[in-house]
Amino acid sequence: MAVGCIYGLVALGFVLIYKATELVNFAQGDLLMLGAFVAYMAVIWWGLDYWLAFAISVVTVGAFGALLDATVLRKVIGQPQFAIVMLTIGLGAMFRTFASVTWGSEIYTLPTPFSGVWQVGGVTLSHQYLSIVAGTLILCGVLYAFFNHTRIGVAMQATSQNQLAAYYMGIPVKLIFSMIWAISAGVAAAAGILLAPVTLIDINMGLAVALKAFAAAVLGGFGSIPGALLGGIIIGLIELYAGATLPEGFKDTAPYIVLLIMLIVRPQGLFGTLARKKV
Amino acid sequence: MRFVFKTSYAQDIQIFRDRVDASWYGLLGLVVIALPFLMSEYYVGETTWVFIYALCGLSLMVLVGYTGLVSLGHAAFLGIGAYAHAFFLKNGIPWIPSVVLAVLITTASGIIVGLPALRMTGIYLAIATLAFSVIIQEVFSRWEYVTHGFAGMPVDKPVILGVSFADDRAFYYLCLFFLVLALWLTRNLLRSPTGRAWVAIRDSEIAAQSMGVNLAIYKSIAFAYSAALMGLAGALFAHKIAYLAPDIFTILLSIQFLLLVIVGGLGSLHGAVFGAIFVALLPPVIAILRDSIPASMADAAQATGIGIIGMLGDAVGNFLKKPGVEAGIFGLILVLVILLEPLGMYGRWIKIRVFFSTFPMYKRATFKRQRTYMRSERLR
Amino acid sequence: MSIFQADSLSINFGGIKAVDGVSFDVEQGEVFTIIGPNGAGKTTIFNLVSRIYEPTGGKLVFNGTDITNVPPHRIAALGIARTFQNIELFEHATLLQNLLLARHAHKRSGFFSELLFLPSVRRMELEHREAVEKVIEFLDLQQYRDSFIVNLPYGVRKVTELARALCTDPKLLLLDEPSSGLNVEETDDMAFWIQDIRDLLGITVLMVEHDMSLVSAVSDRVMALNYGRPITTGTPGEVQSHPEVVRAYLGG
Repeated sequence: MAVGCIYGLVALGFVLIYKATELVNFAQGDLLMLGAFVAYMAVIWWGLDYWLAFAISVVTVGAFGALLDATVLRKVIGQPQFAIVMLTIGLGAMFRTFASVTWGSEIYTLPTPFSGVWQVGGVTLSHQYLSIVAGTLILCGVLYAFFNHTRIGVAMQATSQNQLAAYYMGIPVKLIFSMIWAISAGVAAAAGILLAPVTLIDINMGLAVALKAFAAAVLGGFGSIPGALLGGIIIGLIELYAGATLPEGFKDTAPYIVLLIMLIVRPQGLFGTLARKKV
Repeated sequence: MRFVFKTSYAQDIQIFRDRVDASWYGLLGLVVIALPFLMSEYYVGETTWVFIYALCGLSLMVLVGYTGLVSLGHAAFLGIGAYAHAFFLKNGIPWIPSVVLAVLITTASGIIVGLPALRMTGIYLAIATLAFSVIIQEVFSRWEYVTHGFAGMPVDKPVILGVSFADDRAFYYLCLFFLVLALWLTRNLLRSPTGRAWVAIRDSEIAAQSMGVNLAIYKSIAFAYSAALMGLAGALFAHKIAYLAPDIFTILLSIQFLLLVIVGGLGSLHGAVFGAIFVALLPPVIAILRDSIPASMADAAQATGIGIIGMLGDAVGNFLKKPGVEAGIFGLILVLVILLEPLGMYGRWIKIRVFFSTFPMYKRATFKRQRTYMRSERLR
Repeated sequence: MSIFQADSLSINFGGIKAVDGVSFDVEQGEVFTIIGPNGAGKTTIFNLVSRIYEPTGGKLVFNGTDITNVPPHRIAALGIARTFQNIELFEHATLLQNLLLARHAHKRSGFFSELLFLPSVRRMELEHREAVEKVIEFLDLQQYRDSFIVNLPYGVRKVTELARALCTDPKLLLLDEPSSGLNVEETDDMAFWIQDIRDLLGITVLMVEHDMSLVSAVSDRVMALNYGRPITTGTPGEVQSHPEVVRAYLGG
């Protein structure tokens, strides 16, 4: 269930970028991986406090995301969606190699201040898992407030519909895109740090999560933020259930089977809307 | 500057533009046929890989480049073809029927994947193919009766109608034959109504429908034909790699194929071949550079007395020796191609040709593409 | 003898009645124009006729056959062709390929014969080419044959839309704002072509148009539409002087 929250967070990142810029960022999982590694570096190499490391990682990766948008993504505005998707795939591969070269290709652990358990009515909840759920809730709360109660949120919607018109309306489109990327990357980094104690840090941690987060985003509906979270939790639950009840091997594929069924039956997901070309 | 004069309608539907083009390709053909006698065995093997990759690229090019349906999981079809063929061979079925069966099975799975695709657009289709690929990979691992699971499955060299193709050169010609056959068949489709219907679907589904194109049928045909080519490639792949395992047919392999068609140049048959040359030859090239760059830079450092050059060479060599570097380099090239040359290698080749043939009146604007800024324009 | 009838045609989008009980007849061999302010439902009617939208009510009859439930890809074979207001050409194909594609409805070759490019396929390809060349000559598009649509100027693209619709060998041609974006000279050319289409090719034309001079010059009958409902139908002169039409649309 906690892992489902992580899927939800990453899916959130996907949906954020998609809603604003209409492109799917296949490197989201790798940003998660970078976030985890930066935090690891801060704690293990530099000996900093966990929370400080958390903050540093989120800010750094967020800034990196904005930089990515400003330098690379800006150049491909207007190109067909497929090209941009492939671009993010290529970037993801580059991030993985960068991580391999900078930090090494083994598995690393991140020490956290969450140890111990709570006994609540006969159910044992580890602090680790609670931290993930809590972290997710806090992040979502902050983001919700940001998008629905600031002018920037509205501006972001406008730019996603028609970039050219948004320019004419005086909306600083490029700045907004970079901000969205920063937020999305920061969220991914936070998810990575929260996930690190559970799955341990290695280069490919992002890939596995990203795939399932994709399923989550589609399940919830690609244009819907609450949908992404709900989708993530559902996927997490499906995994749990499949692992416990179904034969070996279904644990990994069950989410994808559900995804396929969803795409066939209701492609817009639970909350999304299907767009249609107007002639 | 050579201008091709058209004197009959037939000229527009023949395979080669005119006699000059045809003779160039004929020359290329002779060179390719003669190569095994001029190269060492290692290079013959590498070029065979190029042919197999080109078949894969052709398959993906038909689906993505011409029909505009993005598939992120095409390696799954390669695996289905490979495992099916290996399984049939193991059970005593002769080579030709085995390949035919493998192709049929892969085609069927292509149609099955294509069915839900009829209702999905763009990114949803891509994700569906991704999900399909993951599921199929799991099936490869679990269906031990057919695939031997993680234990792997050895595949012998082909024996066709009693003739052994175990020799590298013989296998080279076998793959070359199938590549040329596939190129010819695909070219035929592309100059017929079917190929035009595919391009129509890519560029504007609504207009295609208004002109009488049954979307469901042609999308299914695209999936089926693409899968068929992959099935054929899979059979040859199985022989070449000699030992099948489930962890060969990963998403990373699918992405490599996509890289192939993008770098080669979307929307052209040449692109599949160019891309295949690139993707097949890059790993060996990296392997060579790993050792030769530090070595040659060390020599240069000694010769010129500038120590830094040697250190740089060592640094590059160390970088190239790290695990997982190949994927990163592929990623970098993908990014560079999309940023700098979206038309790919074939596009660059055309630009160079046009430059020389129209010199000095070459204009960069000839190839400037229209950008779409409105979301509604980007839907199809 | 009416070649096409729309009978109480309606469609709702959510709560909005985009087209509300529209009925009209188009006679064989005439040019019938629909005018009205933006948002009146004109293009929606076209989309209903070419079966891209499903009507929520009403009937469409073409050449005696009820086409209300025909799938969109069948109308070309039935003999209805259309152009699109915002140009739906196949951008990354040549003009020639665009026009050849329009012959798809008359395709008679199977997949496997195309795969091997049998002589029968070759023969049919050449026949299609001949048919397309007639249209190219009619509209003077020879010099653009091998150009990619992305490289063509807007005026030429509009004409290509028309050419492509003609290549389907239609009996009824739907023109959606044929003169939008064209200058005076190009609009004059368009007027001549529409008249030739009616007189020389014998094709019935159903048109949506805003340019009143083009409407008066070319149309046999006009229907004015507002808020999804017809105001009046008649000759261009009658409709343009109808007080309701003047108030809703023409101003004055």
